[in-house]
Amino acid sequence: MKKVLTGNYAVAEAVKMAKAEFIAAYPITPQTTIVERLAEMVEKGELNAEFVRVESEHSALAAVYGASAGGLRAFTATSSHGLLYMYEMCWWVANSRLPVVMALVTRTIGPPWNIHTDHTDLLTLRDSGWILAMSENAQEAFDLTLIGFKVAEQIDLPFAVGLDGFQVSHTAEVVDIPEQSEIDRFLPERRRDKPFVIEPGNPITVGGLTANECAMMLRHDMNKDMEKVGDLVRNAGYIRDYDLVERYRLDDAEYVVIMMGAWCGDAKEAIDILRNDGVQIGMLRLRFVRPFPAEEIAKLDCRKILVVERDCSIGKGGIIATEVKSVASSPVQSVMAGLGGVDVGVEDFVSMFRGFVKGELGEWWL
Amino acid sequence: MVVVRIKDLPKEKFLLPGNTSCQGCPHALGLKALGMALGDDVVLIVPAGCTTIIAGSRDKSAFKFPCLHVPFASAPAVATGLGSAFKRLGKKGIPVVWMGDGGSDIGFATLSGACVRKDDMIVIVSDNEAYMNTGIQTSGTTFWKAKTTTSPMGKREEKKDLALIMLMHKADYVATASVGYVQDFISKLRKASEIDGFRFIHLHSPCPPGWGFDSSETVEIARLAVKCGAWILWEFDGKFKISPISKPYADKAKRAPLTEYLRKQRRFRHLSDEDIAEIERRIDEQWKVILALESVF
Repeated sequence: MKKVLTGNYAVAEAVKMAKAEFIAAYPITPQTTIVERLAEMVEKGELNAEFVRVESEHSALAAVYGASAGGLRAFTATSSHGLLYMYEMCWWVANSRLPVVMALVTRTIGPPWNIHTDHTDLLTLRDSGWILAMSENAQEAFDLTLIGFKVAEQIDLPFAVGLDGFQVSHTAEVVDIPEQSEIDRFLPERRRDKPFVIEPGNPITVGGLTANECAMMLRHDMNKDMEKVGDLVRNAGYIRDYDLVERYRLDDAEYVVIMMGAWCGDAKEAIDILRNDGVQIGMLRLRFVRPFPAEEIAKLDCRKILVVERDCSIGKGGIIATEVKSVASSPVQSVMAGLGGVDVGVEDFVSMFRGFVKGELGEWWL
Repeated sequence: MVVVRIKDLPKEKFLLPGNTSCQGCPHALGLKALGMALGDDVVLIVPAGCTTIIAGSRDKSAFKFPCLHVPFASAPAVATGLGSAFKRLGKKGIPVVWMGDGGSDIGFATLSGACVRKDDMIVIVSDNEAYMNTGIQTSGTTFWKAKTTTSPMGKREEKKDLALIMLMHKADYVATASVGYVQDFISKLRKASEIDGFRFIHLHSPCPPGWGFDSSETVEIARLAVKCGAWILWEFDGKFKISPISKPYADKAKRAPLTEYLRKQRRFRHLSDEDIAEIERRIDEQWKVILALESVF
C-alpha cells in the first residue's frame, strides 16, 4: 500500500510494524514527530508497547538498555545534542551487545544553535560499535528501520538509522508500505534468550569488572561481527533488496562521487546533467558508514574519486574522505559542504562536479 | 511495623563470603540485609561506586543476585526498562537500584524522573556521606564541616536531605534506615516490596576509612548517629511515621551526647565547641521538621 508520509512518520510506521515493545524518548527538533506519532499509536492501541516519557536522552537510552537487557524489542530516537547527551549510554548499549534500534535525525551540533542537518552527530558514533545506516529518503528510512531490527537481533549489535533533519524527516513523500503479514514473516518476535537473560533467580552479572583481556576480546569480537553485517543486509530477506551502497550510473564511470544522505538526490540530478554533456560520472552512495563498505570502494576502477560530505573532523578534514582514502586505489579528492544545513542544490553540484572533473575544485564549498 | 526476628531470617547468603569490600564496610551489611529481606526477588542495578568493586572482579561474582552494572547517572532509568520487561514477560521480581550518594548526585534527574513516573522499583541509596570509591571527596550529602579530600578544611555547605526530597516527589514509599539497625532496614524493605510503584530507602552507611574510625565500630557509629539524633529513622507508606527506634530521641534529654558521635570520627576532629553547638542547633531544627511532618502527613 502506498502512503504519503514524512520521513519521521515513515520511521514511526516501521517501528509499529516491527511490533516494538518498549519505547523511551525525549523530544528534540527535528526528531520529535517520530516519538509524538509513536506515543499516539500506543495511546490509541495501534501499537502494544510501553512508551516512557523520560526526563533526558541519557535516560531514554538507559531505559531502552534496561528493556532490551530484559528481552524486549526496544526503540528510541534522537538528534544532535540529544545524541551527545546520551553518548555514554550509546557505548554501554553497544558493548553490552544489545540489539537496540535508534533513529537518528541528523542535526548540526551547536553552538551556534542550529536545527538543520549535517552529519557530524551521526559520525560521533563511528567507533562505538553501532551499525550506522544513512537513508536518502522516507522509503529508505522506513525500510532501514525494519532491516535494522532484523540485523541487530541477528548479530547483537545496535543499529542507528540516520535521516537528514527536515530534508527527509519533515518532507512528505510516497512510501510503499508492505502488508503486516509480510513484515511478520520477515521479522518474527525477538528471541528472548540472547545475548543474555537478566531475570529474577538467575544470578548472572553483566558489565562488571572483568579481566583486561575480556574487554579486549569483546571489542575484537564486535569488530569481527561487524564485518558480517554486509552479508546480513544483502541476505536479509526483506521485501526489497538492500546493500551497503547504492551504485548510480557507475558501470562506465571515469569520475566517481561518494556521498550519503538526502542531498544525493540533487547530486544524482547533477550527474545526469553532466552525463548529457558526455562526462562519464557516477555515484557510489554510502547507505552504511559502519560497517564501512571498504570492498565496494576498493573495487572502484576509475580515474578519480570525489568525496562530498557534511562533516569535518577539525584538524583532519572530511571524515568519510579520510576513510575512503585508506581503501581506494584511485586518487581521492575531498570536499566539505553543507555543514550547518547550508543549502547545496543541483546547480551547486553541477559546478562542483565540473570543477572536480577539470581539477579546479578546492577543499571547502563555502 | 512488622517485627523481624533474627532467628527467623533466612540463612541463604546473597552477598558471598570472600568479597572485596573493606573491613567493616556498611554496604556489605546493607547488601546482606537486602538478601535476607527479599532474596530471589531482587534483580540488582548498580551504577559506578564502591559496590562495583564489592560485586567482584574478573570472572567471579560476589552476588547471588542477578546484577546489571550500569553507567553512573543511569540506574533508575535502567530499572524502568527492566521492570517493564519483567511485567511484559510475566517475570516475578523487583528491580532494585543500589547506589551511593554519588549516584544520587550525578543521577539526580534520573532519580527524580523515575519517581515522578512512579516506575516500579526500589531505590536504595547507601549513603556514606562522600564519594568514597574515588577516595573520599565531598558529595551533596556530606555532613556540614566534615573533612574530605576536596574539602580539606571541612565542607562549607549543609547536606541535602535526600529522603525528604523524595517524599516531596510523592514517592509511593519513602524511608530512612541505618546499617546499625538491620532488622528495621529489613522490615522496611519487606514493607516496600509489598507496595507497588516507586519506593525509596535512604540508608545511613558509616564508612570506616572515609570517616576515620576503626573498622570494628561501623555498627556502633551508625547507632550513635541515631541515638544522638543526627540520623532520624522514619517511614512514609501513605502516613508519615517516626520509626520506633528513633521515637525516644524526639525528646532531646534522651539523646546521646553529640560529642560522643562526632569525636569518634577523624573527619570531625577539627571541630570547635562553637561548631558542635551549631551542629546541635541544626539537629534540633531537623527534629522540628520531622515532628511537624509526622503531625501533618
